[in-house]
Amino acid sequence: LTPEQREVQELARKFAREDVIPVAAHHDRTGEYPWELIKKAHSLGLMNGHIDAEFGGMGLSNFEGCLIAEELSYGCTGIGTAIEANGLGQSPVILAGNKEQKKKYLGRMIEEPLMCAYGVTEPGAGSDVANIRTKAEKKGDHYVLNGQKMWITNGGHANWYFVLARTNPDPKAPPHKALTGFIVDRDTPGLTPGRKEINMGQRASDTRGITFEDVLVPKENVLIGEGAGFKIAMGAFDQTRPPVAAGAVGLAQRAYDEAMKYAMERKTFGVPIFKHQAVAFMLADMAIGIETSRLAWMRASWEIDQGRRNTYYASIAKALAGDVANKCAADAVQIFGGNGFNSEYPVEKLMRDAKIYQIYEGTAQIQRVIISRELVTRFTA
Amino acid sequence: MSLRILVGVKRVIDYAVKIRVKPDKSGVITEGVKHSMNPFDEIAIEEAVRMKEKKIAKEIVAFSCGPAQCQETLRTALAMGADRGIHVEVAGPQFDTLQPLHISKMLAQLAKDEQIDLIIVGKQAIDDDCNQTAQMTAALLDWPQATSASKIEAKDGSLQVVREIDGGLETIKVKLPTVVSADLRLNEPRYATLPNIMKAKKKPIKKLTPKDLGVDVSPRIEVVTVEEPPVRLAGAKVENVDMMVEKLKALGHA
Repeated sequence: LTPEQREVQELARKFAREDVIPVAAHHDRTGEYPWELIKKAHSLGLMNGHIDAEFGGMGLSNFEGCLIAEELSYGCTGIGTAIEANGLGQSPVILAGNKEQKKKYLGRMIEEPLMCAYGVTEPGAGSDVANIRTKAEKKGDHYVLNGQKMWITNGGHANWYFVLARTNPDPKAPPHKALTGFIVDRDTPGLTPGRKEINMGQRASDTRGITFEDVLVPKENVLIGEGAGFKIAMGAFDQTRPPVAAGAVGLAQRAYDEAMKYAMERKTFGVPIFKHQAVAFMLADMAIGIETSRLAWMRASWEIDQGRRNTYYASIAKALAGDVANKCAADAVQIFGGNGFNSEYPVEKLMRDAKIYQIYEGTAQIQRVIISRELVTRFTA
Repeated sequence: MSLRILVGVKRVIDYAVKIRVKPDKSGVITEGVKHSMNPFDEIAIEEAVRMKEKKIAKEIVAFSCGPAQCQETLRTALAMGADRGIHVEVAGPQFDTLQPLHISKMLAQLAKDEQIDLIIVGKQAIDDDCNQTAQMTAALLDWPQATSASKIEAKDGSLQVVREIDGGLETIKVKLPTVVSADLRLNEPRYATLPNIMKAKKKPIKKLTPKDLGVDVSPRIEVVTVEEPPVRLAGAKVENVDMMVEKLKALGHA
């Protein structure tokens, strides 16, 4: 890492250890949204780093953003997701927004600690984005949106949403012509966030359903134009999958650190349990997973920073890191034994938090679909 | 008031690191070990930055003496709000025998060269625990000193300082220019924000040698041996006071 990257990492690490970790269990128990931490992260410059200097941001590279994501997730992935979710919502605007849209919707994120959200998933369509049903009908200078979104991170607290909706009602229209991306302000009449969902893990993060009833969106808020939505929504993932992978690695690292410390202290049969090879091997396997999944996100991130298409590497990193995080967390609970199952010890939370890494931002199965497609492309090239 | 403040910042082994003695007993292991700014010096920088925010100070100069990595410590000081840095480079082996007297002479010369109105340093470094630099610097300059400061107020062209002393708190008034050393409760240092870390890259760090300041850094001491503190021995429990007295007598302690 360059000295500059090291400083970014140091700041995020300090914040995670000194500010996030002490309150993580509380937010997990109560589900309370971590506003205090968000405000502090914002004031330290740890949020919205990828926004261009032109709009007041710091123009950090994807790599530096991932360094921050890994450190924050080490503290708590629920809080990390709440802080990082801005990245996903903003990605379409950064990729496809015109200057006015960027100035309006990205500029305000720098000035105040505001949140945004990425609204694509629906109750009936998650992996199958092409099949979303939310409709957008053109009426004069506006589009009228009707439909339902689900599992929207920051749904209850967002200041604005990126929303993918169907503008072409023809069922035979291909997805890359039928869907359009919109920026929708939270206070638009007809937009109603549902209740905060109570999830297995990452409970500090706010996930909700959003209902759209005749929501009027001005045509100036269309990204690029009608039909461009699908490509924008998918393009965002190349930016956001590396930091999500980095987050999973942060969790895995935490699981390992906690388990290692315990294994060196807890004694059974007269020795610290680390001395039993079965335990030492579990920790060795954790280390193997962590080192390799870290290299994976670094490769994916570096590729996109170099200006190259990183889809292949991003999917590999996300798929690998999700699996590694789950294994490390489960093994950490195992190493803690009975204590690991108990809420007084930090590892059961890690196991609950890890599961979603195999689901959101593209399920483990979808990642493998993407990778196999890439394999075919490379084979036939 | 429009003070120019000189703040000394020392690069030390991070407070959270477990210190290990080198096998040859010549010192502690520093290679590959995490280092950071001496915590009391962070408090010193923070106080200087607050004085600048209150418009009592106009410029903050951060100073560090040691190997090349001291630049990192200076960058942290710049990221916290110092305006420029001065690095007096001294290589590893010589750095190990540096004493507060050497540093005090450097601070004194810099105070004259840079027209400094106020010197703030941490009250002691967490590696040597000397608590001497502020006092020696003041003596060399013939300036007043206010050590172990827990509160500093600028009043009518001088400073009113509350000092933490063994008996409690002592409030003194010192005329400027003066030397102050920062104690733990003076303030809580800020995090350097990411934008400030980026900005710090552009702030200048001047490199000097001890000779430029007319200071001879040849060692005045010789380290004979460095050893770990004795391992704590197990205790023993006794039933009552009489037995305790007997045991102490038997062990030769009474």
